[in-house]
Amino acid sequence: MKKEIIFEMTSPYRDKFRIQAYQFGSGEPSVAIVGTMRGDEIHQQYICSQIVNRLKSIERHNRICDGKSVLVIPSCNPFSLNVSRRFWAMDSTDINRMFPGYDKGETTQRIAAAIFKAVEKYEYGMQLSSFYIPGNFIPHVRMLDTGYQDNESAKLFGLPYVSTYKPKPFDTTLLNYNWQIWNTKAFSIYGGETNTINPKNSEQTINAVLRFLFKIGVLNSDVSFPAYESVCFDETILTNLKAPQSGIFVRLKEAGENVKKGESIAKIIDPYEGDVIEEIISPINATVFFVYNKPLTLQNAILFKLLKQN
Amino acid sequence: MIKTIVSSNLPVDELFRIRKNVLTNGSAQKRFCVVSGTHGDELEGQMVCYELGKIIGENMDLLNGSVEIYPALNPLGIDTIQRGIPNFDLDMNRIFPGDPQGSMAEQTAYLITEDLKGSNMVIDIHSSNLFLREQPQVRINVLNEKELVPFAEKLNIDFIWVHDAATVLEATLAHSLNSTGTPCLVVEMGVGQRINHGMCRQLEKGIFQLMFDMGIWKKSPDEMDIFNEVESHKAMLCKGDTVEFLNAEKSGIFLTEKKAGENIHKGELIGEIVSPLEGKIISTVLAPCDGYLFTIRAYPVVYEGSLMARIFKQ
Repeated sequence: MKKEIIFEMTSPYRDKFRIQAYQFGSGEPSVAIVGTMRGDEIHQQYICSQIVNRLKSIERHNRICDGKSVLVIPSCNPFSLNVSRRFWAMDSTDINRMFPGYDKGETTQRIAAAIFKAVEKYEYGMQLSSFYIPGNFIPHVRMLDTGYQDNESAKLFGLPYVSTYKPKPFDTTLLNYNWQIWNTKAFSIYGGETNTINPKNSEQTINAVLRFLFKIGVLNSDVSFPAYESVCFDETILTNLKAPQSGIFVRLKEAGENVKKGESIAKIIDPYEGDVIEEIISPINATVFFVYNKPLTLQNAILFKLLKQN
Repeated sequence: MIKTIVSSNLPVDELFRIRKNVLTNGSAQKRFCVVSGTHGDELEGQMVCYELGKIIGENMDLLNGSVEIYPALNPLGIDTIQRGIPNFDLDMNRIFPGDPQGSMAEQTAYLITEDLKGSNMVIDIHSSNLFLREQPQVRINVLNEKELVPFAEKLNIDFIWVHDAATVLEATLAHSLNSTGTPCLVVEMGVGQRINHGMCRQLEKGIFQLMFDMGIWKKSPDEMDIFNEVESHKAMLCKGDTVEFLNAEKSGIFLTEKKAGENIHKGELIGEIVSPLEGKIISTVLAPCDGYLFTIRAYPVVYEGSLMARIFKQ
C-alpha cells in the first residue's frame, strides 16, 4: 500500500486541507474508489475505511493480481466532515457538482480537478454516494444513462438492484457523469444510509466492492460472501408516493421490505392534535426501494419509491 | 392585486406561499415580469420590487399593460438568510424548468416557470453572493445574444456579459424561459445580504426605460422626477474570451482598496492576501491587464482558488 496526498491546500486558520489516496497493487489503473464528498456522508466514510482495511490485508496476502492497481480516496472533504457541514464549509458549494473541475478556478473546482486528475485514467470508477433527498435505499448500484453505462459490469457487484436514470442538466457536473464521458465505467454505490452507520448494510456494500474486484480480475481469490443476481431497471418504472399533506411522518415500512397493495405503509400525524391526517397506502404489490427518513414531511414531498413486484 | 402562484403546507402550522403583485391598466396585452429572490441571500431585488410597485401603483394611468412583480421566489431562503432552499440540496437556479412529479422544490420551480411563460419580458434580479461585489450588469447566454442584447442595452446597467453556453446552466430560470420563447434578462449587481440604493435606482430607471420602449409605460424615465438624480449609463458589451479571472493563489485575508467599476492598468495593485497571525503579506495581487474591474471580492477570507476579481480586458 502506498499513501499519497493528491491535493493539499493551506487554510487561513485551520490545519492544511488534504485529500489522501491509498494505492494498492501496481500496474494498470484498474479501479478507483471515491468515498465521502459531503461532510455528512459518515456511512460512506466508514465503508471506505473498511475497504482500505480489507485491501491492506488482501495485499499482504498477495491476493492482488499482478499488473492491477486500485486507488481508494476515503474522503474528499475532511474539512466539512470535521465541522458537520454537508457542503464546502466556506461557501456551501458541493464538490460533487464541480466536475471535471478546473485547476485555475474556485476552491471546490480546484479540489474537483485534483480528484478527477487522480481517478480519470482508471478503467472502472465507483463512488459511494448519497441522494439529494434524505432517505434510505436498498443497497444498489446506480448509473447515469448516458449511453456509456455498462449494466453487465454493474451486475458483478452482486447487489440486489442496478438502476439507471437519465441525467438532468444539473447532473452533468457530477463525478460519475464525467467519468463516463471520459471512458471510465462508473458506478454509484448506494449503501443505504448517509449520516449513520449501519454495520449490516456496510458489510454488504464492502463485500460487493470486493466481489467486483475479484470478478474483473483484480483480486486473485474470492474474498466475499454470496451474491444476488442483480435486477436491472430504469428508475422511471419506480412508483413515487408523495405526502398528500405536511406533518409528522411516521414510516411503517423500511427500505427492502415488501408491501402489499392496499397496505398502510406510513402515517402523517397532525403536529398539534395528534390525529392521523393521512395514511399512505401502497397502490401496488411492491418492494420499498427508497423511504424518506426525516420525521417531518412537506406536502408533496416524495416519501417512498416503490419497485413493483411482477 | 396580490396573487398566489404556489401554495403548500409546511409541517407545523405554516403555509408556504410564493406570491406576485399584478398591476394592470390600459388596453395593451403586454406582460412585463420582474422576479427576484431565487437566492435567499440576494436582496437588491427587494428594493427594486418595492419601488417599482410603489411608483407604478401611484401612477397607474401611465401603465398600459400588465406588470407582475415576484419579489421572493425562495421565501424560506430569504427569511432564513440562506442562499438555497432550506433542507434541499440543490441550488434553486439549477432545477428549472422544474418537474411536476419531483420534490417540492422541483414542483415549485415548475409552477414558477409555467406562470412566467408567455410574458413579453422577464427581468430576473440577482445580487451576486456574500463574497463578491458586482457592478450592475446583465448576463446573457451566447445562444440568446442576438435577441437579448438590444433589450439589455436599455436597462441602464454598466456592463453586458455574453458568456459561453454550459450544459449545467440549462437548468436556470433564464435559460428555461429563453429556450421556450419568453425573453428573460438576468441582472447581477451589488453584493449578497446588502442593498445598494444607488444601484437599485439605476436599474429601476432602466426598467422604466425598457417598459417605455416596449409601450407598457407611457412616460420616459428622463421625464420622471424620481429619476432626476439618477445618471444614465451606457453598457459596455463584453463577449468572447475577454474576461480575466483573478483567483487567490494563497489562503488568507484579502485586503483591497479597489471598488467595482474602476478602470485599471496592467501591473496595478488590486489587493493583498495577508496573514494576520504572522503580520505579513503572503500574496500580492496585481492586475494582469488593462481593463474594467467589474467584480471585486467583498468577503475578505479567501482560500486558494477563491475569486477575488474579474476584469474586462480592454
